[in-house]
Amino acid sequence: MTAAVFFGCAFIAFGPALALYIFTIATHSLRIIFLIAGAFFWLVSLLLSSLIWFVAGTIIGNKDEPLKKYLLIFGVLVSVIIQEAFRFSYYHLLKKANEGLKTISPFETALSMRLLAYVSGLGFGIMSGVFSFVNTLSDSLGPGTVGIHGDSPQFFLSSAFMTLVVILLHVFWGVIFFDGCEKKHRCTLLIVLLTHLLVSALTFLSPYYVISLVSAYIILVLMGIWAFFVAGGTCRSLKLCLLCQDKDFLLFNQRSR
Amino acid sequence: MLFVPVTLCMAVVVATIKSVRFYTEKSGQLIYTPFTEDTPSVGQRLLNSVLNTLIMISVIVVMTIFLVALYKYRCYKFIHGWLILSSLMLLFLFTYIYLGEVLKTYNVAMDYPTLLLAVWNFGAVGMVCIHWKGPLVLQQAYLIMVSALMALVFIKYLPEWSAWVILGAISVYDLVAVLCPKGPLRMLVETAQERNEPIFPALIYSSAMVWTVGMAKPDPSSQGALQLPYDPEMETRAPSEHASISLLAPPHGRVVASFWTPEEDSYDSFGEPSFPDVFEPQLPGYPGEELEEEEERGVKLGLGDFIFYSVLVGKAAATGSGDWNTTLACFVAILIGLCLTLLLLAVFRKALPALPISITFGLIFYFSTDNLVQPFMDTLASHQLCI
Repeated sequence: MTAAVFFGCAFIAFGPALALYIFTIATHSLRIIFLIAGAFFWLVSLLLSSLIWFVAGTIIGNKDEPLKKYLLIFGVLVSVIIQEAFRFSYYHLLKKANEGLKTISPFETALSMRLLAYVSGLGFGIMSGVFSFVNTLSDSLGPGTVGIHGDSPQFFLSSAFMTLVVILLHVFWGVIFFDGCEKKHRCTLLIVLLTHLLVSALTFLSPYYVISLVSAYIILVLMGIWAFFVAGGTCRSLKLCLLCQDKDFLLFNQRSR
Repeated sequence: MLFVPVTLCMAVVVATIKSVRFYTEKSGQLIYTPFTEDTPSVGQRLLNSVLNTLIMISVIVVMTIFLVALYKYRCYKFIHGWLILSSLMLLFLFTYIYLGEVLKTYNVAMDYPTLLLAVWNFGAVGMVCIHWKGPLVLQQAYLIMVSALMALVFIKYLPEWSAWVILGAISVYDLVAVLCPKGPLRMLVETAQERNEPIFPALIYSSAMVWTVGMAKPDPSSQGALQLPYDPEMETRAPSEHASISLLAPPHGRVVASFWTPEEDSYDSFGEPSFPDVFEPQLPGYPGEELEEEEERGVKLGLGDFIFYSVLVGKAAATGSGDWNTTLACFVAILIGLCLTLLLLAVFRKALPALPISITFGLIFYFSTDNLVQPFMDTLASHQLCI
């Protein structure tokens, strides 16, 4: 509950997303707009799912502990489904917007669908991560002892790692989902939905962080590899990038002499 | 482009609200909101806030009409004097109070000579930058600071429910004042257009520089120069509003405009002028041309818009029980409203109010996040569930 915990957890959770934002999005105003629109769509989906949870809670009425837990689980599952539905509708909106932009200003380099997939995934991820973690972070600045009633003392750290994994997963899901929509592969969309449900369900095992976190990170790596190949990467381009021999590398021209 | 200054202003306001307790303490109300909200019943409180809103909005309407009348009858000296007095008050008095409160919060001691030097320098440079000439970045920074200070004053002195009703009412007023044919702001715009003058630069945040053009007339056939003259048709406005916490300070109207020159969309649909293409440095070299006065390009947004956006987000930060969730939701809602307004501006190409869409989204998201989303997210976070 010190500044070290605060800064450490903040950078663990939001560091990669911030880096992605600074290096790929911050200098392009159009991408910023699509990022914020993606964040807005996620927010609306959250609003809808909270509404459903709230209404279900009031309908059921008097709640005791196991019922509250089931209600929460129901809320989480409904929320995941609504999020993916909003991702789908965001895809269609972007498709129409892209067409519109092309007709309005033909000299404009219209953003490719892959780039929009990445940006929208990042928007969803950042908003999701921020909403889940920022209140916990601000509490970590205040006084207190973590786990004094027997809960795990690694509360902040595990929440930070979970937030990180969710943000990155949203990026990969965005890329894969939009590609599935473009190629009209329904099974891709289904797989994204199922892995999202799986990751959320894993968090129900909350104090047993080993299982939930490790599985989430394994899913992250798998989704990352899939997204890489979907976005057009190949083993060869990866090798060139890692050996600093690709065209984008700064010293490429020097090296070829 | 406009996101950075709006975000900065909101960030300053939220940071101040969260750390300096002075701005969330109740200590009196403005004379424009005389009805108190410490009433026994809910109905009475609602009635009082509606009455407060009516008074505030009517004061704003009267001031706007007064300002438009002054502008129409070319009483420029009066208007300039009014603006200078109000920026003096903001830059010196409010800054002094703000600095005092911040120093109190962090328990830092400062002696009066240092304080005098600091405030004098800050205020004097601010006056020069805003009303005369100065580096663009410095002018932008000062305008952001001034808007943030104004927003903080509103957040402190407007009672709770009145603030929300006032925000709603002012977006409606903005809509009416800009779009109706006899609306005061629309008349102001049209008068400025007829006279081919820019509207008071002290009240508008501008994201681009002032260019010296090498052309007298709009002449699309000449190469490299600006294709179209100053075209103030694309504008967004916010209504005039007040700056006064005491009974005597001169009220000043803040007529604000945001405009979009039509050349913008050949560079980037969202108004980012491509400076090297546009700037025409060589002047009398072209045959048959004369030096034109300075023309302005780039996206502009009125300070009133900054102020009311920051009031909404600041109020959400001050009173929302969802803490950061509510603040962030309102922030995103306002930015999306701004995007949509700019989009509509590009589509319709006429004067549009900047407040309604953003404030509507902001209000919807404030109330729904505070009551629906916050309990949900709280419960999720305490069980460490991720959605």
